[in-house]
Amino acid sequence: MNRDLSSTQKDGRRPYMRPMAGWWQRNPFFVRYMLREVTALAVAAYAIVLLVGLICLTNGAFAFQSWLNVLRSPLSIALHLLLLVAMVYHSWTWFEIMPKTMPPMYSGGKRVAGAVITWTGVAAAVAVTLLLFGIFWSLRP
Amino acid sequence: MKRSNAPIFWALFGAGGMLSALAGPVLVFVTGIAIPLGFLLPADMMSYPRMLAFAQHPIGKLIILALIVLFLWHAAHRIYKSLHDVGIHPSPGSRLACYGSAMVGSVFALYGVLAVGF
Repeated sequence: MNRDLSSTQKDGRRPYMRPMAGWWQRNPFFVRYMLREVTALAVAAYAIVLLVGLICLTNGAFAFQSWLNVLRSPLSIALHLLLLVAMVYHSWTWFEIMPKTMPPMYSGGKRVAGAVITWTGVAAAVAVTLLLFGIFWSLRP
Repeated sequence: MKRSNAPIFWALFGAGGMLSALAGPVLVFVTGIAIPLGFLLPADMMSYPRMLAFAQHPIGKLIILALIVLFLWHAAHRIYKSLHDVGIHPSPGSRLACYGSAMVGSVFALYGVLAVGF
């Protein structure tokens, strides 16, 4: 079997390839899978927002103020609301699939249940959220 | 046998994924919504002098660098793997596009935390 799918286009035999357009839309499980994977775009977008802010910071007060002004624009607020939804979904799915992505964990000779791992992760995310918000709160000018 | 470099990319993916799963939502909310709107937190919290002082502190530099670099590598690896699902199969080109942009972003981030001064 030819494992290198990218080369089959140039293959003179022109073997039949199952069309894959929209394959994931046919099953809710795959829709959730694709949604989970596209959260990477939100993580990348947020990293770029921070990176632009950092570069503006190195360019002085005026450049940084323009970055802050962009953050205050309705478009940016809307984008960040979308990023927030995607980030929360990323957080939930990250811990939802953690029982499958981490090596099996044993406690007292028994395998730790998936739900325990997932909810421990969610609890940790909630704790970090509260802790960081508390730190931001205490740093108010 | 040549050693695979895949574990490095998976480790960066995991580290960035964990960091963004734990801290991503609150950071997006605080820096992108709460502070710009002055909602719950004051709007001048991210003023130039404050952010400059934060970025000039070694711990501040480390936090900024960790956030940007790990988030970028997490996203790059996940996008690279997911392109397969939309018909763009792993190739040196897609690999370069994904990991290359993460590398460029990381270099800019490193430049930023150094250029901002100490």
